[in-house]
Amino acid sequence: MISKAEILILMPEIFILTLACLILIVDTFSQDPLRRVTYYLSQLTLVLTAVLVIGFSPEQTVYAFGNSFISDGMSVVLKTGVFVISFFAFLYSHEYLKEHGWLKGEYFVLGLFAILGMMILISAYSLLTVYLGLELLSLSLYAMIAMHRESTTASEAAMKFFVLGAIASGMLLYGMSMIYGVTGSLELGTIATNIESNGDNPLLVFGLVFIMVGIAFKLGAVPFHMWIPDVYQGSPTCVTLFIASAPKLAAFAMAMRLLVDGLQPLLNDWQGMLIILSILSMATGNIIAISQTNIKRMLAYSTIAHVGFLLLGLLSGTPSGYAGSMFYIITYALMSMGAFGMIILLGRKGFEADELAHFKGLSERSPWFAFIMLILMFSMAGVPPFLGFWGKWFVLKEVVDAGFVWLAATAVFFSIIGAYYYIRVIKFMYFDKADSMTAIKASKQMRFALSVNGLALLILGLMPGALLAICVSVLSIAA
Amino acid sequence: MDLFENMEDIYLAIVLAPLLGSVIAGLFGKLIGRSGAHWVAIAGVGVSFVLSLLAYYHLFYNGGEVYNAAVYTWLNSGDLHFEIGFLIDQLSVTMMVVVTFVSWIIHIYTIGYMVDDPGYQRFFSYISLFTFAMLMLVMSNNFLQLFFGWEAVGLVSYLLIGFWYKREPAIFANLKAFLVNRVGDFGFLLGVAAVFMHFHSMDYIEVFEQAPALASVTVNIWGDESWSLMSVICICLFIGAMGKSAQVPLHVWLPDSMEGPTPISALIHAATMVTAGIFMVSRMSPLFELSETALNFILIIGATTAFFMGLLALVQNDIKRVIAYSTLSQLGYMTVALGASAYAAAMFHLVTHAFFKALLFLAAGAVIIAMHHQQDMRKYGGLYRYMPITWITCLVGSIALIGFPGTSGFYSKDAIIEAVHLSTLPAAGYAYVAVLSGVFITALYSFRLFFMTFHGQEKMDKQTWEHLHECPRVVTIPLLILAIPSLIIGAWFAGPMLFGDHFAGAIHVAEGHAVLLELGSHYHGEWYQIAWQFFVHAISHPTVILLAFSGVFTAWLLYIKFPTVPEKFANNLSMIHRLLVNKYGFDDFYQKVFAGGAKGIGRLFWQMGDVKLIDGLMVNGSALSVRWFSGKIRQIQSGYLYHYAFAMIVGLLLFLAVFVHKLI
Repeated sequence: MISKAEILILMPEIFILTLACLILIVDTFSQDPLRRVTYYLSQLTLVLTAVLVIGFSPEQTVYAFGNSFISDGMSVVLKTGVFVISFFAFLYSHEYLKEHGWLKGEYFVLGLFAILGMMILISAYSLLTVYLGLELLSLSLYAMIAMHRESTTASEAAMKFFVLGAIASGMLLYGMSMIYGVTGSLELGTIATNIESNGDNPLLVFGLVFIMVGIAFKLGAVPFHMWIPDVYQGSPTCVTLFIASAPKLAAFAMAMRLLVDGLQPLLNDWQGMLIILSILSMATGNIIAISQTNIKRMLAYSTIAHVGFLLLGLLSGTPSGYAGSMFYIITYALMSMGAFGMIILLGRKGFEADELAHFKGLSERSPWFAFIMLILMFSMAGVPPFLGFWGKWFVLKEVVDAGFVWLAATAVFFSIIGAYYYIRVIKFMYFDKADSMTAIKASKQMRFALSVNGLALLILGLMPGALLAICVSVLSIAA
Repeated sequence: MDLFENMEDIYLAIVLAPLLGSVIAGLFGKLIGRSGAHWVAIAGVGVSFVLSLLAYYHLFYNGGEVYNAAVYTWLNSGDLHFEIGFLIDQLSVTMMVVVTFVSWIIHIYTIGYMVDDPGYQRFFSYISLFTFAMLMLVMSNNFLQLFFGWEAVGLVSYLLIGFWYKREPAIFANLKAFLVNRVGDFGFLLGVAAVFMHFHSMDYIEVFEQAPALASVTVNIWGDESWSLMSVICICLFIGAMGKSAQVPLHVWLPDSMEGPTPISALIHAATMVTAGIFMVSRMSPLFELSETALNFILIIGATTAFFMGLLALVQNDIKRVIAYSTLSQLGYMTVALGASAYAAAMFHLVTHAFFKALLFLAAGAVIIAMHHQQDMRKYGGLYRYMPITWITCLVGSIALIGFPGTSGFYSKDAIIEAVHLSTLPAAGYAYVAVLSGVFITALYSFRLFFMTFHGQEKMDKQTWEHLHECPRVVTIPLLILAIPSLIIGAWFAGPMLFGDHFAGAIHVAEGHAVLLELGSHYHGEWYQIAWQFFVHAISHPTVILLAFSGVFTAWLLYIKFPTVPEKFANNLSMIHRLLVNKYGFDDFYQKVFAGGAKGIGRLFWQMGDVKLIDGLMVNGSALSVRWFSGKIRQIQSGYLYHYAFAMIVGLLLFLAVFVHKLI
C-alpha cells in the first residue's frame, strides 16, 4: 500500500506535525512567562523542517499517496521561502507579544499548524489535498486573529474573516465538485488530461468560476478582497504580519496547482478572469490606499494592489511568466514582513504605531530605521535598484511578451498612482517634525533581524539574477 | 611568480581602492578628521598606483597576457548584458599608470593647497571618487561601462568645478560644464546605441571583430539619403569626445571650469578627464579606421582647436585661464593626431602632456597660494627671486610644452606634426598648417605667462610682497616629482610608443593610414638612438624649432624688453583684440541663443504648460480627483459583513455572466 519512499516524501510534514504537537504539550507544562522554551523550540522546528525539505528535495518531480501529493522544484523553493519568512515572522511576533504582554505558547503552535497547512497546500496535487491544506491554514489563522480576546477589533476581524472565508471555501468546494463531476477525477494531472481529451463542456467553465472565487479570496483580489483591510487593521500587528507574508506564498501555490497543473486546458477562460481581477485589484488597491491614514490599512490596500501585479505574471500563461510571479510573491512577502516589522518596532506596551502620523520625523529619532523603512517603501513602490523594482520589471516583461502591452501600460499607470502613498511615508519620515522624540525600544535581535530584512531588499536588488534563476529553473522543469 | 597569478584581484583592487578611500573620506570625514581623510584617500590612490605599475610591469616585462573578462554580471536582458568587465591591454595599462600617478601626486599637493578649506574631507572624497570613475572608464571592456565611467567623471567634474558652491561664478561654471557635456554625451549615447543596434553587442572585442564586415553598410537617418554606418557611429562617438575633450565648438566649458580649486584644474581639466575623449577614440581605432569621413572631420575639429584656442591664450590675464586655453590647444594637437591615424602619437602626447600640464597647473597653484589667491598675471612679476623651486619647475613645464629639444613635449609634438605632414587625407593640409603655426603661438603664450609671472617688474601690492615666500614642501615636492617625467619621459618612450610595439594589438591602423609606420622607417635602433635621431632631424629640418624659438623671443621682446608694446597692439588692432577677448563670441552666442532661448522656451512652457496645464489641471487636478475618488470608494468598505459578502456574490455573478454565458 503505502511504501516507505512515499513516507519519506512526506517526512517534513510529518516532522512538523509531530513537533507542533510536542511543543503544545511542552508549553502546557511551561511556567516561563516569556515562553522561551516554546519559542526557541518553534524556531528550531522551522530550521529543522527547512533542512529536511532541502535535504529530501527530489531530483525530479515525485508523487505520493496515489498522486495526491507532489514534491517538485516549486514546492521546495516555496516551502523554503515559507520557513525563512516564518522564522522572521516568529521573531517579530515574539518581540511584539512580549512587549504587549499577552505572550501565549499557543500562538507559535497555531503558527506551526498554519505552516503545515501551507506546506500541504504547496504540495497538493489533488482537489482534496488542496482543500485540506487550505482549511488547515485558514482555521489556524482564524484562531490566531482571535487569540487576543480582550481586543474587540481582533474578534470582529476574526469573525469577518471566518464568515467570508467559509463562503469562499464553500464556493471553492462547489467548483471542485463540478470539475470532479465532469472529469471524474480528483487528481490534478488526470483532470488536465481528461479536459484535454474530452474537450468543451460548459460545466467546466462553470466550475472554474467558483474555483477562481476561492483562489481570488485567498489571494485577496478585488472584488473578493473585502476581508483584507478589516483583518489587517483589526488583528494584532504580529498576526497581520504573519498573514501578510508566508500565506501569500501558499496562496500563489494554490493558484499554480489548480490553474496551471489542473486546469491548464482552460487557459483562455482563466486568463480572461485573471485580467479582470488584476486590473480591478491594481485600481482599487492603489487608489483607496491613498486616502488611508492608518498604515496597517494602507498596507492592506497595497497588498491588494500587489496581488493585481502578481496576477499579471500568472495570466501570461508561460513558465517564465509563472516564474516572474513567483519572484514577485517572494519579493512581496519579504517587503510586507519588513513593513509590518517596522510597525512592531515602533510600538510599545499600550501603543500601536499603526497611524501614518507615527512615522513623522522618524529620521530624527532613528536615522538607521528611517533608512530601512525608506528601502522598504521604495522597494514596494518599485524604485530601482531595490528588489521590488525587479519583481515589477520581470512581471511586466512577461505580460508584454505575452502580447498584452495595454495591460502592462495599465499596470504601470496604477503603480505610478501607488508610488504616491509609499513616498508619502518617506516624506513623513524625512521632512516632517516628530510629534514625540521617544527613543525606540527594541531588543537587539529585533533590530538585527529588521536590518537584515531591509538590507536584503537592497542587496538582492543589486543582484536579482540568482533568485530569478531559481524561480525560472524550478518552473521550467514543472511545465 | 605567484604574485601575478590572480591578476583579476589586482585589477579589482586598482579600481576599488580609490572608491574605498573616497567612501571613507566622504561618509566618515568628520569621524576621521582632516588628516585621517587625506591619509585614507592618498593610501587608496597610492595602492592603486603601485598595483597599476605592477600591472604595467606584468604586461610589458613579465610576458603577461592581455586580460579581457567580465568580473561581475549585473543583469542579462536579451542581447544586452549589463556587465562590469576589464580589458587590460597596453593602451589601458598605460592610461592607468598615468592616471593613478598624476592623481596621487595631486592628492599630496592638495594637502598644501586646501589646508585652510572647510571642505577638506569632501574634496579628498571627490578626487578619489574621480580616480575611481576614470579607472572604470579606462579599464572597461564594454561600451556600457565606458558610458558609466564617462558620465561618472562628468559628474565628479561638475561637483568639483562647483566645489566652492557659495561662489556665483563657480556655480555658473559647473552648470555650463554640465550642460555642454550633456550635448557631447548625447552624441556619445547615440553612438553607443547605434553600435548596439547594429552589432548586437556591447563588448569591445566582439564589436571590433564584426566591424570590418559592416564597413560598407549604409543607413537612412532621414529621407532617402544613405549614410555610411561607420561614419555615423564614429562621428557620434567623436561628438562625445568633443564634449569631454573640449574641442571646438564644445570647448566653452573648460576655461570656465578654472573656477574650481587648482588641484582639480590640474587633475581633471588638464591631465586626465579631458583626455578621456582622446583615449576613447584610440580605443575605438578599429572603428574609426573604417571611416575616412570621420577622420577628416576629426582632423578639422582638432586643427581648429589647436590653432584658434592657442590664440585666445595670448589675451588672457588670469594665469589659470592661460593654461586652460593652452590645454585646449594641446588637446587639439592630440585630436589632430587621431585624425591622422597616428593614435600612438596622440596617446604619447597625452602621456607627456599629462605630466607637464599637471606640473604647470600645480606651479600656477603655488604662485596663487603665494599671491594670496590673486590670479591676475598683471599683478605678478619678478617672482623668481622669491620662489626658486616654483620658478625652475615652471620653466621645465614651459619648455616641455613648447617642445624644446630633449624635453618630453618635443618628441610627442614633433611626432604629431610629422604624422600630419605624411597623412594623405584631404583635411591634412589644413591641419598641418594649423599645427605648425600653433607651435609659434604655444611658445608665445607659454613664455608670456612665464615672463609676466616670474620676471620683469614686481607689480604686486605691498602686503602681498611682504609675505612672499616659497610654498611648503608638500607643494614643492610634487612639483619636483612631476618635473622629472616632464623632462625625460619623452626620450625614453618615443621609440617604443610611436614606432615600436608598445600599443601592438590595442590600436589598429588601416593599411593606407599608417603614417607612423612610414615615419618610423626613418628611425631605428634602441630608445636613445631614436631619441638622438629625433634630435638630428629637428636640427636638420629646423622649421619647428625656429618657430618655437621665435615664439619665445617674441614673448621676451614684448613682455620684458618693450612691455608697452602689447598695449599698443591691442589699441591699434582693436578689432582682432576684441574678437579674441570675446573668445570669438562662442560664449556670448551660446549664452544668448541656447541658454537664453532655452530659458525663454522654458518660461513659456513653465507658465503655460507646467503651472496651468500640468500643475493646475493634471497634477493637482488629478491628484485631487484621485483623492476625492479614493475618499468616495473607500465608503464601499463599510465594515458590514453582509456588504462584503454581497460584493463577493456580485463578483461571482459577474464572472458567471461573462465567462459562462458569454454575455460580453
